[in-house]
Formats: sequence, C-alpha cells, structure tokens
Amino acid sequence: MDNAITTESLTKRFGTFTAVDRLTIEVKRGEIFGFLGANGAGKTTAMRVLCGLSKPTSGRAIVAGHDVAARPDSVKRRIGYMSQRFSLYGELKVWENIRLYAGIYGTPSARIKERSDALLRELDFEEGRDKLVRDLPPGWKQKLAFSVAIFHEPEIVFLDEPTGGVDPVTRRQFWELIYRTAGRGITVFVTTHYMDEAEYCDRVSIMVDGRIAALDSPRALKERLRVATVDDAFKMLARGDASPLYTNN
Amino acid sequence: MKRPPSPAARLFRAFTLKEFRHIFRDKRTLLVLLGMPVVQIVLFGFAITTEAREARVVLLSPSPGAAERRVTDRLLSSDYFELSAVASSPSAVERALRRGEADVALVFEPAFDERLARDGKARVQLVVDATNPGLAAQFSGHASAIIAAAAVELAGGAPPPLAAETRLLHNPGMKAAYNFVPGVAGFILMLVCAMMTSVSIVREKENGTMDMLLVSPARPWMIIAAKLVPYFTLSCVNLATILLLSVGVLGVPVAGSPGGVVAVSLLFILVSLSIGIFVSTVARDQVVAMLVSGMVLMMPVVLLSGLIFPVENMPPLLEWLSRLIPARWYIAAMKKIMIEGAPLHLVTGEILALAATGAALLLLGLKKFNDRVT
Repeated sequence: MDNAITTESLTKRFGTFTAVDRLTIEVKRGEIFGFLGANGAGKTTAMRVLCGLSKPTSGRAIVAGHDVAARPDSVKRRIGYMSQRFSLYGELKVWENIRLYAGIYGTPSARIKERSDALLRELDFEEGRDKLVRDLPPGWKQKLAFSVAIFHEPEIVFLDEPTGGVDPVTRRQFWELIYRTAGRGITVFVTTHYMDEAEYCDRVSIMVDGRIAALDSPRALKERLRVATVDDAFKMLARGDASPLYTNN
Repeated sequence: MKRPPSPAARLFRAFTLKEFRHIFRDKRTLLVLLGMPVVQIVLFGFAITTEAREARVVLLSPSPGAAERRVTDRLLSSDYFELSAVASSPSAVERALRRGEADVALVFEPAFDERLARDGKARVQLVVDATNPGLAAQFSGHASAIIAAAAVELAGGAPPPLAAETRLLHNPGMKAAYNFVPGVAGFILMLVCAMMTSVSIVREKENGTMDMLLVSPARPWMIIAAKLVPYFTLSCVNLATILLLSVGVLGVPVAGSPGGVVAVSLLFILVSLSIGIFVSTVARDQVVAMLVSGMVLMMPVVLLSGLIFPVENMPPLLEWLSRLIPARWYIAAMKKIMIEGAPLHLVTGEILALAATGAALLLLGLKKFNDRVT
C-alpha cells in the first residue's frame, strides 16, 4: 500500500460524452506525477474526480488511502489543490489569505502565526505580508497560491496547470518549489501543457481522448518511442502516429 | 478551563471573518449599502411625496362683498390653500390654470353678495386642475368641505340636518410616510440580502475560489452559512436605521409591539437570504446574478408588493401574482403591526407565507448547491 493514488476503471461521463474512460493508474507516494494531455483530453475532469469535486460515473479511486466516492471528507483533509484559475482572494492581504485557508483546515491560531511566518521567510517574501494579493505580480500570486495549497501538510497536492501564463524564470522557480515539496514527502500530481516541464517529472502519463496512452518515466518514454523530447512523444501519441504504449489490463 | 475551539468552529470563524473583510474593504459598496436606507427614507419622506402640498388659488371676484370675503378668508386661512393671484376676468383665470400658475380657481358669480341677500342663495364655482388626479381629488375635497362650512355660517349657523363626521383611523394626518416606511424596509432588506448574497457567492464561482473551498473539508452548508452572517448583520443595521429614522425623523409611530416588528423583519431577512442563495445556484456569473436579483426580484417587489401601487386595487391576475412575492407579505404584516397596531396573531397568515417561502427556497438552494459536486 505505498500508492498515493490508485484508480480502477475510473470513468466519468457527461450525458453521452465520456470525458474519462476507464482510467487505471497508480501514483507512488512522494513522486512528481505529470498528467499530460491536450486541451479537452479529460485531464482536468479526471483531476476533479480525484479531488472529490466531481463524482465518478463508475470505477473506483483510492486517494491518500481513502475511497473518494465513499469517504470524500477523509480524502479532502489529506489533499491540497491549486486550480488553473488563480484561487486566492485578491481583496485580502497575503497573511489574511494564509490565515483563511489555514483556518479552513482547522489549524490552531498560534500554529498559523508561526507557520505563516516560516512560509513567508522560506519564500523570501516577508515584506509582502501586508500587501493585497491583487497587487502582487502574477509570479508571486502563483507561488503564494501553491504555498497555501500545501500549508496544511497534505499527503498529495493536485496542481491544475499551475504555471499557465507565467514567464519562464518564474516557472523555473515554481518547479524548484515543487521539488522542495516532493522532497518533504508530499506527492505532487500536476497537469501541464508545457512539455518542457514534463521532463522534470518522475513519471508522466499522456492522456488522449479520455484514455491513458502512455505512462512511464520521461526517459523510458523517449527511449521506447525513439524521440528526443517528451514533446515529440506527446505529439506522436496525440496524433495517433504511435499506438498506445499503455493499456488497462 | 476553556475548551479550545473545534476545527469546525475555527473553520466557521475564519470564513466569517473573511466575509466581513470583503465587505469592509470595499468601502464604496459598504457606503452604498449603509447609506441607501437613509437616502431612501429622506427621499420618500421629504422629496417624493404623495401628500397634497398647498394648493395655489387664483381668485375671480367680479363684485367683492362681505359674504364673499368670509368664504374666501375661510378657504385661505386653512393649511391647504394659499392665494397666488387675483384675476380680473374669466380668461385670466383660464390662463393662470393653463400656465400652471394656479391649481385651483375660486370663481364667484357677479353680484354674489347682492343675490345672496335677495334670493338667499348665490353660486360659487371651483375649478381644479386635474392633471394629477390624486391631488385634484384632495384639493376639491378640502375646498368643498370648507365652502360647505362657510355656507352653514352664512345661513345663520343652523347646522344641516345630516352631516357625516369623518374620522381617519391609524393615520389621522394622512401622512404618506405611514404607507411607504414598510415598503422601503422591504425593498432595502431584499436588495441587501438577496442581491449582495447571490453576487458574493457567484463571484467565488467565477474566481475559482469556490473550487478551493469545495476541495477543503468545509461542508457546503458551512460555506453558505458563513456567507450569510455578514449580510444578516448588515441587514439588521439597515433595519435599525430605517426604524429609527421613521420614528425619529418622519414621526411614524410604532402602534403595535416593537418586538413584533423586529421579529417579522428578521423573518423577512432570512427569507431574502434564502432567495439570495437560490439565485446564486441558478446564476452562472455575477452579471446574471445581478440581473436576476435586480429585474426578476426587484421589479416585482416595487410594482407588486404595494410599495407604490396598493395591492387591493390590482386586477385579480396581478393580485394573485403578487401573492408569490415574499415582500408583499412582509409589507402587509409591517403595515398591520406598525401602523394599525394589530397584535401578532392577526398576521399569522403573512408570517406563515413568509416562513413557507423561506424554508422552500432554502432547501432548494442548499440542495442545488450540494448537487454542484456531481
């Protein structure tokens, strides 16, 4: 039982459209798992199901040791989530946002104070404490949103296209944060459409039309398809130039 | 030993605090919300009035005399009339009325005194500008009564054999404030509760912060309840403002039990909050929420609740429609308790209607909110 996430034939249908088709994957504890796919391939839907924001039509998902459909509350306490839309309150100050999310997860006040000081120090952002979040540059907002999502020390953090619309330097810094987080034993489940970022992941899965077409480490994936980058591998699979390397059962 | 607060209590506190911050940080909106009741009460109380102001009288008196003067003096000494001009000819009277320089013309027939002395009767004509029918009715009513009294006096004081004595109950001064205070209260509470609540919930959906909350261990009902606390507080402040201004500045007495007024108002606030939740589950974005609460909720409140047009005068279809509007029941109950001094058990119907609507909308809204997680 060393998996952070285990899914068995997880399926989500909207009417006749199957967004996620019999998804069967295992994500190991402490790894950085890249969840790749074109827009509309079903990755956001799959992630929403894993977070308990959306109920699966059929199949099973065990997240942080609990069945998402049966015990969503146990799952929710053990995960963090950062949506692709920026998800802090712009009209609240930096420390007020931290306080709010910490309070939502039931952190005692004294501990919030001590931990939020540590957090701002770690980000080297102590002078930003009293600034309104809406006045921060986009890069800071993103880093802050991520720090808030892992403030309650979840077992898994789900990042839905966390680096959308950020400059390359900030993206680098953001990935350093992700590495540091994984180093602390938190599993990182991240969707992205920047293929260069996929190279930073321990393992990646590539989703095409609701199904997983490949699941492997970036290096193994490139070797099997004889390509130079994950981006090339992704294009081959998405266009159907290569047959899927991964099948359920 | 004080028990440390449970995680759920901490969650609720953190969330409520955040909602208050949202409101207090947006100074302009806060100013509008707190200032609106004051502006409305002042507007309705002093500017937009349906009460008759002093009518300007143009007088045509071809042959002045003592009897005639007695009628004129009596009319002009009342609070309702003031002399604006003395006309020299019937065409001058017509001109004054047409130009809007006078509202009422008092026209005596030639040789009024003489005829009165000779025949025992003479004629006087009252011409009223009826552009505003409500005002015209009030002017002609007052003038007729005064002239009738003058006639009795001229006839030597013998009272007429039959005279109706009118007593105006509940609102002896016929002040419009008595009628509109409950209406303004209904309108403002509805606006603050329904509109602000729905917009603030929908804003979280739009910004993506709602997802963040739904992924957290916070239960949907807690998220909603924490949203309601600040708007409930704000509504109570507004209610206090309206009641204090009405009683203190406009002089509208609270005839019934003040506790009853507050209780019914609190019930209405809860109903309006439920409406806000419901609207937020239907509306996709803030604009829709604003439009739904503005057009679909406000317009009927203004038109059908009795705030402007009395419900009793409506055609049956509209009257029936107005029964669906919670504000109508609130305004009716407020009028009964506040103005007529009715005890609470006489407004059971209104209270039940409010409670039923509120409960239904709240259940529907919470159910729809929970269904978002599908």
